[in-house]
Amino acid sequence: MEKKNGFFNKLFGGLEKTRQQLTNRISALVGGHSELDEEFYEELEEILILSDMSFDTVEALIDEVKKRAKKMGATESKVAEVLIREILVDWLTDHPNDSKPKSKLHIQLVIGVNGAGKTTTCGKIAALEKRNGRQVMLAAADTFRAAAVEQLMIWGERAEVPVISQGQGADPAAVVFDAVQAAKSRNIDLLICDTAGRLHNKKNLMLELEKIHRVLKREAEDASIEVLLVLDATTGQNAIHQAKTFHAITPLDGIILTKLDGSSKGGVIVPIVQELQIPIQFIGVGEGLDDLQEFDAEKFVEALFPQIIDKA
Amino acid sequence: MANLFENLSDRIQGSLKKLTQRGKLTEKDVTTALREVKLALLEADVNYKVVKDFIGKIKERAIGVEILESLNAGQQVVKIVNEELAELMGGKSEALMIDGMPAVLMLCGLQGAGKTTMAAKLAKKIGEQGHAPLLVACDVYRPAAIQQLKVVGEQVDVPVFSIDGSQNPVKIAKDSIDFARKNGRDVVILDTAGRLQIDETLMTELQEIVASVVPKEILLVVDAMTGQEAVNVAKTFEDRLHLTGVVLTKLDGDARGGAALSIRAATGKPIKYVGLGEKVDDLEVFHPDRMASRILGMGDVLSLIEKAQGAYDEKQARELQDKIRKQKFDLNDFLDQLQQLKKMGSVQDLIGMIPGMNKKQLQGAQVNEKDLVYTEAIILSMTLKERVNPSIIDGKRRKRIARGSGTTVQQVNQLLKQYKEMKKMMKQMTNMQKQFKRRGKMKLPFPGR
Repeated sequence: MEKKNGFFNKLFGGLEKTRQQLTNRISALVGGHSELDEEFYEELEEILILSDMSFDTVEALIDEVKKRAKKMGATESKVAEVLIREILVDWLTDHPNDSKPKSKLHIQLVIGVNGAGKTTTCGKIAALEKRNGRQVMLAAADTFRAAAVEQLMIWGERAEVPVISQGQGADPAAVVFDAVQAAKSRNIDLLICDTAGRLHNKKNLMLELEKIHRVLKREAEDASIEVLLVLDATTGQNAIHQAKTFHAITPLDGIILTKLDGSSKGGVIVPIVQELQIPIQFIGVGEGLDDLQEFDAEKFVEALFPQIIDKA
Repeated sequence: MANLFENLSDRIQGSLKKLTQRGKLTEKDVTTALREVKLALLEADVNYKVVKDFIGKIKERAIGVEILESLNAGQQVVKIVNEELAELMGGKSEALMIDGMPAVLMLCGLQGAGKTTMAAKLAKKIGEQGHAPLLVACDVYRPAAIQQLKVVGEQVDVPVFSIDGSQNPVKIAKDSIDFARKNGRDVVILDTAGRLQIDETLMTELQEIVASVVPKEILLVVDAMTGQEAVNVAKTFEDRLHLTGVVLTKLDGDARGGAALSIRAATGKPIKYVGLGEKVDDLEVFHPDRMASRILGMGDVLSLIEKAQGAYDEKQARELQDKIRKQKFDLNDFLDQLQQLKKMGSVQDLIGMIPGMNKKQLQGAQVNEKDLVYTEAIILSMTLKERVNPSIIDGKRRKRIARGSGTTVQQVNQLLKQYKEMKKMMKQMTNMQKQFKRRGKMKLPFPGR
């Protein structure tokens, strides 16, 4: 294996056992089947479904493997390893984020369901961008959950960036309003707005989110606004509905996939990226200030199937 | 937003409908139908291996005498699927073991599962049962986690034990026992930090807590949205700690909750409670049979009625049920219900529990809770006669009602339309109940033709 950077090590560190299991299974599968036959594909299906990839995606992936294998005239199952990786990387890339900073003030609105890791992610982005030399500010627009404001304050201290807040129970749109004014007057480059967790099927909470977004657009006319959805990698197929519903309310510019240091593979991200054609911006790999990495499709897939790369 | 539990049942019933439409069935037919059941379960995040076993069991029972020789094949498959599903979900609901001086109850789970919120909900519930609970802040890692527990503790009026500045959850847990004894607290609820089941250090820490305070209840808190990994997570926690049960959170979302099936199958441990919202009252005892029915699209009539009883007194509830059954539900009752709604939780939740409410019917019936204020005003602007017999409300009356309530005629029209829909729905519900009675023990409405 070639160079390992921090991202790679981190992904590997937590995951070694489970990733290895998955890869070993694929390797065992390949070892046990020299032919690309139905039995092989059936077992491959099981392995992929266990990564939380949706059934439709798994079917499409296997179809694609079959198609490419046929084109190559390959009949050996070894080829499948390389092909799976190739196809997944294809699917996960080529979705540019159009909302990258164009103007002086860039705003990130961080949204998602309860417990996905929004507040932690906000803290980590703040630290990362601060290190990159930008003037960063946090807005505590989760005014609902008990102690969410305090939690963000602590992250603000850790990252050494100011936090705009009004306390629990305040109108989140008003917090965002204040934060935009403060960001403008303090010459801030990046304003990160933490929001309350909301299940996407709660109409009122989704309307509240729409309002926050509206206020942002109105108050920060010259700023570029980026809506980022935080998804927990442990989540199953419901993540697809989450992404679609949030996308319909506040069009998403990117996704942050958290808790990838666990044993979950986050396979559900594949159908989401395909469906919405939006990029994964970051991945979260731990609770530390530095446990946030830019997403890299190739490394993500490598981490998913490490031994395949060795062979390839 | 469609109720996804319905999707699953649609699929299962749809695939089984194909069975009913044919006289004689081959093994291949059954296999085809069960493949759709398999897909539906996988989409619901039931673990692949659990699904495989489940399908295998049903196939074993379905192919052969029962199905192939029966005239009512589809009906029997529905019955088998339902029975097996209910069995997989476990028997009747199990209560918490909280007798002791003090009894210790420990909550554990992954990050973001909802442990702290659940701790407060359980504390409230346990307090209502006549116990004196104590919440203990053992999450020393997540920023402001202790503060969060203190806030929710205050909300439910339960004291919170914490040691400021301490980084030692084992000591906090131990000291909390002494504190409980001295202060007459008989149930100690430990809120622990979220951790990955593969985190060796933190899993060992949990084992140390267990060894030092010997909890009566060790509950794994699981997010209902969890995917395929639910099995491995639950298995590891079970292996390390010997769980006494599971608590499912965020069931008010639209996840189909297949994780519940997976965990049950993997650990054999009962699911004791489910969390259904962010308010401290949004907690319900888990009913395996109801969950299985809900997955199969039966709706959750029992929960609905129980919820109503929690808010109304029993007499009122009986009256309401009576009115629904006799289809004499008028706008006065509608108003009554509205006024009780706050006690009962979100309207959406209630609607989701009504059987026969599928995604098509739910479309356009989205409930915005702010609209309820207008609705109340509109009804209050009607005469008593109008409320009892809304059909007499003509154009002139509509105008008067709109003026009186500060709304528009359109809004009045909308309300009257909604009321009509609601009556229609209740009629369906009543008919369904009659059907159940006719079918005796058979609990499933036969997929319509």
